[in-house]
Amino acid sequence: MDTLTDVRRSLPRAAWWAACLCVSVLVLYPLYVMLSQSLKSGAEAAENPPTMYPHQLSVDNYKALQDTGQYGIWQHVGNSLAVAGGATLLTVALATLAGYGFAKLRFRGSGVLFFIILATFMIPFQAIITPLFSILHGLGLSNTLLGLTLVYTTFQLPFGIFLMRNSFASLPAGIEEAAFIDGCGFFGAMTRVLLPVAVPGLISTALFTFFTCWNEFFAALILITDESKFTLPVTLTVLASNQLGTLNWGIMQAGVAVTAIPCIVLYLLLQRYYVAGLVAGSVK
Amino acid sequence: MTDTTSRTASRASRAAAPKPVRGPWLTNRRRRLLTGLALVTPALAVVTVFFIVPLIMTFWMSLHDWPLLGEHRFIGLDNYRRAFQDSEWLHAIRFTLEYTLIITPVLLIVALALAFLVHRGGRAARVFQSVFFLPVVIGFAAAAYLWLYLAQPGLGPLSDLAAKLGIAGRDTNWFATATSGLLLVCLMVVWKVAGMQMVLLLSGLQSIPVEVNEAALIDGAGPWKTFRYVTVPLLRPTLALVLVFSVAGSLLAFDQFYIMTSGGPSNGTITAVYQIYRTSFINFELGYGAALSAMLMVVLAAVSALQMLLLRKTDN
Repeated sequence: MDTLTDVRRSLPRAAWWAACLCVSVLVLYPLYVMLSQSLKSGAEAAENPPTMYPHQLSVDNYKALQDTGQYGIWQHVGNSLAVAGGATLLTVALATLAGYGFAKLRFRGSGVLFFIILATFMIPFQAIITPLFSILHGLGLSNTLLGLTLVYTTFQLPFGIFLMRNSFASLPAGIEEAAFIDGCGFFGAMTRVLLPVAVPGLISTALFTFFTCWNEFFAALILITDESKFTLPVTLTVLASNQLGTLNWGIMQAGVAVTAIPCIVLYLLLQRYYVAGLVAGSVK
Repeated sequence: MTDTTSRTASRASRAAAPKPVRGPWLTNRRRRLLTGLALVTPALAVVTVFFIVPLIMTFWMSLHDWPLLGEHRFIGLDNYRRAFQDSEWLHAIRFTLEYTLIITPVLLIVALALAFLVHRGGRAARVFQSVFFLPVVIGFAAAAYLWLYLAQPGLGPLSDLAAKLGIAGRDTNWFATATSGLLLVCLMVVWKVAGMQMVLLLSGLQSIPVEVNEAALIDGAGPWKTFRYVTVPLLRPTLALVLVFSVAGSLLAFDQFYIMTSGGPSNGTITAVYQIYRTSFINFELGYGAALSAMLMVVLAAVSALQMLLLRKTDN
């Protein structure tokens, strides 16, 4: 006899496969629809009832993305890359420095400072969006990609610092001491000895930040008002509203695919780090 | 290399000069403090400007009549008084709580089932685990637009399926009532979030030693009793974590309603964050929006505290 949690052992093998395959179909079906709808011709995409698969494969919807809205899709892809990439670089850099500081240099007051940074975990940015908008305005950063990047960095930092601190803390103190004896300063020890060992934590931080910022909708919707600076998720609202009434669901799903597929590919390539980071970051 | 070496050397000699006896130890500590501060300052500066200042400003702004343009005026607690009589806000709060109460148990049950399904499996189970996790990496906005199409009357495959199964007519508009709109949003959220909770629960399940379950079984506890009296108590920290995440996420729901229901019909699916958005950035009443935000923060803190308290109590 087995416990309830060991479904795989208590179920007959065939039943387990059937259950897993059924769930997989439910999970993958919407993604299939996204792809198939985006690859239909314009007329077929508007058919009622919908066709199950594209009878005539066409990339017209993807081409049309360039002409929908005032700016082409590439501009918005660029915006998303700039914001998500910028926030990722900044978060990784700042989190590595601070994570090292908190893990290896237990200086006076470091506990309090670490707590302050972790407090950002507890209060979501949705709750402080109103003054955030005013502050960005005051700094002359309203409606700029730089402002959005800084806001994203702020809210990714606690997670990054937490992960990086744990990465550094798990290293034996002997490693850095050896580096110091060999004549490295703090930065020398970090770049030559510690950072290479902390690479998994680094990748987790980077991946997590990139995904979150690439997909973020709420702050991007509020803080960016100029269509030329919209990131991809907000651009989807343009695809939806521009042709209201005769909404083209083929183009819409092509936009969804352009937003979603980079994440899926990155995840499939680096899922080991992604899941490890997720678990490490939440079990604080 | 030479650069760092000489810098370290000069730093050491500089510090060693004034106090030859206790010098090295003190220097180390001071260097530790200075280097440490230098390392954390950039992160701290960003967090201060974009988190701590806005956090304090939320409460400050909430005491003002604060339009987007023009002078702001101190009005004391008037914004809060207004909020307690604001039927739109009260409805938004009620709807958000309803949504949270519906989605939380559903998500947890689905996620637990998924976790049990792939727990302690071989390579095939790991592949299925990756598949179940896939929707998590897609953003809420993209997922919402995908499901908006799936449920389009006549055009969407979901409407088609509902018609074929005889649940509803092909041209039924699922977004015509707040209840069916909410149902669709819940379906989308379960699809998108269950994989995330599954992974967290799996990490909890994996930390339970196999021997514990086996011992319970040998002692004559059935599968259900083993689950109820061994697995659940040992899984409690993970369950608490997942619940806190889930409740906090649901209380902050915005994207899915903004995109799928647009808050309609007749403002029936406006959530708390949605109402804050409308107040601050559609009506440009920034002071009132800040007051609503402050109230939401209090609710969030209270819910988290209550949840922790309840989970701890049942522990004893």
